[in-house]
Amino acid sequence: MKYAAGVDVGSTQTKAIIVDERGAIVARALSDTGAYLVRAAERAFASALEQAGLRRDQVGQIIGTGYGRFKVEFGDAQVTEISCHAKGAWTLIPATRTVIDIGGQDTKAIKVSDHGEVLDFAMNDKCAAGSGRFLTNSAEAVGLDVSEMGARSMTAKQPVRLSTVCTIFVETDILTYLAQGKKVDDILAGVHGAIGARTVALVRRVGAESEVTFTGGVAKNIGIVKAVEEKLGMSVNVSPDSHYTGALGAAIFAMERVLAGPAVTSQEVLA
Amino acid sequence: MTAVKEIQYQGEMHLLQKELMAKYYAEATAIAGGNGKKCAHLLIAGNPVELLRAFDVLPIYPEVNVLQIAVRHGSLPLIQKAEELGYAGDNCAYVKADIGLFHSGYSTPFAQIPKPDVLVCNYVGCNVYLNWFEHLAEMVDAPAMNIDIPFIRSADGEPSAADLTYVVKQLEELIVLLEKVTGKSLDWAKLTKIVERSARTGELWAQIKDMTKARPAPYDAYFDSVTMMAPLYCLRGTEDGLRFFEVAHREMKAQMEKAKGPLPEERFRIVIEGPPPWPKLRVFRDMFSRWGAVAVASTYSTVGGLWEFGFRHDPAHPLESIARHMLSANVCNRNFLQRYEQMERYVKEWEADAIVIHSVKSCRLFSAGQGDMREHFVRDLDVPTLLIESDIEDPRYFSEAQLRNRIDAFFEALEQRRVTAGKTLQGVASGSATGVVGVGS
Repeated sequence: MKYAAGVDVGSTQTKAIIVDERGAIVARALSDTGAYLVRAAERAFASALEQAGLRRDQVGQIIGTGYGRFKVEFGDAQVTEISCHAKGAWTLIPATRTVIDIGGQDTKAIKVSDHGEVLDFAMNDKCAAGSGRFLTNSAEAVGLDVSEMGARSMTAKQPVRLSTVCTIFVETDILTYLAQGKKVDDILAGVHGAIGARTVALVRRVGAESEVTFTGGVAKNIGIVKAVEEKLGMSVNVSPDSHYTGALGAAIFAMERVLAGPAVTSQEVLA
Repeated sequence: MTAVKEIQYQGEMHLLQKELMAKYYAEATAIAGGNGKKCAHLLIAGNPVELLRAFDVLPIYPEVNVLQIAVRHGSLPLIQKAEELGYAGDNCAYVKADIGLFHSGYSTPFAQIPKPDVLVCNYVGCNVYLNWFEHLAEMVDAPAMNIDIPFIRSADGEPSAADLTYVVKQLEELIVLLEKVTGKSLDWAKLTKIVERSARTGELWAQIKDMTKARPAPYDAYFDSVTMMAPLYCLRGTEDGLRFFEVAHREMKAQMEKAKGPLPEERFRIVIEGPPPWPKLRVFRDMFSRWGAVAVASTYSTVGGLWEFGFRHDPAHPLESIARHMLSANVCNRNFLQRYEQMERYVKEWEADAIVIHSVKSCRLFSAGQGDMREHFVRDLDVPTLLIESDIEDPRYFSEAQLRNRIDAFFEALEQRRVTAGKTLQGVASGSATGVVGVGS
């Protein structure tokens, strides 16, 4: 059996995936990125190897992706997370034609071909408004862990309307609502609604074609998934492996290189 | 496949440009030193440089000065100086750098910039530029003239007879002002001679621009055009300016005939819209070079004049042709649909694979509508189009990781679509085909 790996060094977390030659996931690992990107990449990859019971030399190709992709120093090539999220989402759910990815600092909308290729994409620019960091700050402002937000917001009765999606100023907004005696659940629903509206505006720029697949860590938040679905007027796929989509895409690209043989493996390691 | 290493092509054209621009700036420095000659500050967009040259008034472009400072990584302190004076954070960074430069004594690494004897605001399409020249006029206490150039509103891109008369009348007023400033009367024979040189320069430049239709394109119509744009504006109408374009034409033609391009391999032919990020020009160029992407056309190279679609100065009608140049033969004064049309012609006639729009953070005027522009090309014409943003002058807006991410993803997608053509892992696994990924670096 042949193996290939993808390592996604994101702004917040680093993900590693190992796939076999059928494209099936044999290991997945997660670690906080922190300040030392090389170590974070190595840590995640080593953990994935251990999980799969594989040695390094059994993995034919490794591709780095994410903002820290050039720090996957043991990798054979780098591919942007835009291409990787498209490929990963299409691998998980082949009917995917639109990908929404919300990561720590980036929100992306990607239009995908029926072969998993990127046809078009749109991203937020120079501002992390409405991204994962916005959620973390909002959670802190109401004294919750980010993982608790989704479920809590589902019981909201009267969601508030936030005046901002600014990651910094949202705290002021939330404090104002808390001072007014608004319920935490209603505030959280407001936070999710704001992200949903901003995300859908981005999706409209590339065109929302069915099926839509939501990837990245933020897809684990049910409140945001529901808000996006409501604003989009469509249902949205979320894979249990959504968090690993970028790493999976990278691993699939790596496997394509393993299987394509010498014609492609002559590609140099570029750094 | 490996990343393309750029050839730094340094032919006679580049050497001559350096020599002539050094001479031009030596002249500027001499005026600043008080040699008694006059200079005017004016703007790039549709510049009426012929009239100034007819009075022996040296044209000085604040935009050209500050962009050169940006290339030398000196723009930020000037911008910050202007901000200390109260200019807003999101004000045009060209304006701020020039105001900062004035308050730093007009001293640059390449010249002592002379204070203007007269200010000619020849482009009113930008209200910020109008204010810029009004501020300068107050600061340097020089006479200023705003030439009101109506936007082109017609569908065919042609100015109306009334538009032409309106601008010609103002040029006549400018002549009166220049006569007053220089103490000379206009020498019409001299103006005719200068306009004739401009006409020949325009013809050579148009032919040079046509050469990038060849495969490979003999030069990069964005990054290398910049080399030719300085003489086009600073020296147009002079013998030096004409000589430069004769040399450039000969050299580019020879490159074309030898099938030589700026890169060892031309993998993608692109059209670039918008001015470059001067503070990071080299880094920005490399982001394209490593993908083998060559600009075969650019709108930026037409901000000061659009010659490739037929406009020429006319020595038989000097003022009318200068007016026409200001009205319709430069991209800044054309309407948005004409900008679309210009880019569409570039894509079709220059056989480009894709468009890259570089939006300018501190210039909302030129950048407004570029989101729609992207949609128009992607949705209506099916041309892959990338929209990225940084700034012409302010290095704080240049986020290298974000730009690289978008540019890499864009070319990965182009390459995937071209190479894989539907051959994916499923195909590979069944032994029918191969898949290839784009290579990052």
